Amino acid sequence: MIEGAGAADGMKRQNWDGMSLVGHESSEASAVVSAEYAAGPKEFVSLLKPRVMSLVVLTALAGMTIAPGSVHPVVGFASLLAIAVGAGAAGALNMWWDADIDVLMARTRLRAVPSGAIAPNEALYFGLFLAGFSVLVLAVVANFLAAALLAFTIFFYVVIYTMWLKRSTPQNIVIGGAAGALPPVVGCAAVSGSLTLDSLWLFALIFIWTPPHFWALALVKSGDYARAGVPMMPNVKGADRTRLEILVYSALLAPLGLAPWLSGAAGSLYAAAAIVLGAALLVLAARVYRVRTGPEANKTAMRLFAFTILYLFVLFGLLVVERGLGLFTRWGL
Amino acid sequence: METTPRAGIVLTPQQLRNRRLRNLAIGLAVAFLAVLFYVITIVKVGPGVFKPMT
Repeated sequence: MIEGAGAADGMKRQNWDGMSLVGHESSEASAVVSAEYAAGPKEFVSLLKPRVMSLVVLTALAGMTIAPGSVHPVVGFASLLAIAVGAGAAGALNMWWDADIDVLMARTRLRAVPSGAIAPNEALYFGLFLAGFSVLVLAVVANFLAAALLAFTIFFYVVIYTMWLKRSTPQNIVIGGAAGALPPVVGCAAVSGSLTLDSLWLFALIFIWTPPHFWALALVKSGDYARAGVPMMPNVKGADRTRLEILVYSALLAPLGLAPWLSGAAGSLYAAAAIVLGAALLVLAARVYRVRTGPEANKTAMRLFAFTILYLFVLFGLLVVERGLGLFTRWGL
Repeated sequence: METTPRAGIVLTPQQLRNRRLRNLAIGLAVAFLAVLFYVITIVKVGPGVFKPMT
């Protein structure tokens, strides 16, 4: 039995009682209802964190498109599917482990496990099965390096970030961000069978992008995190320090956005977008740094949070589009 | 005549519906994977996979 499952079970029982559901252990009753059989496919899909998955798919696809060499489209599709499922499995295992704190936060209390729709053990086995299956499929379909990188990504997200860093340090999402930054490296390895400098630039981009993205949200949801005892930056170092760090990371990210273009992996369309989006990111981060009180402070932080998502989608989308649609040009180079 | 109460887990209509949907989803996923692995085998091994070994 994996450590922590017992605690999660205790939480589960509490939730089920709250929902007037009775565990199947008391089977002498004539009409026993068990939450273990209550969930439909929709709830299981929600365990995979589809929105996070969509970002993983896009960034992994970008890694595949900039990789040297090529693979058959069917192999590419299957590799991407395995990476997406692996990311989803990590999400399911994260929800299984974090159910006790998710139930305390308004943003997460309706998730499938804390709401009682899926029993913790179901989420655990679902996540473990998909994690193993996705790694195995990637090994067979692509290569062992890509499979090992995917396994490491899942391990890093679940064990290093979720089980260790998240509840122990305000640098949780900084270090843990490595897990979210790995999909382009996995995608590139699936195609080329090697680690390339270009894919490492994409890794660096997502790694530096993560702190301003999460801390913008943490500024607004600091009450939630405080209730759950999660040591996010605003709760530990204060909102002002967080605003400063957001600005610093944004100042690093804006020029770093041009790295794929400078290394030759991205074209001029990407470069133009990186300049415009990088400037807009700096403006929004500076506004978050300046506006510190009143309802406008939360609005500016949420604006930055939403913009960081757009930033990553547009830049990685352009990497894919430039190669996929034959728009790859290098003006003046 | 005395009726014996049903023992064990009795699912609600909603749970029965969800179970049917889960079964359907698993069935579709397995069918999809079977087709995908078949196509991948052909792509990776080539048409030679059908030739008998000598």
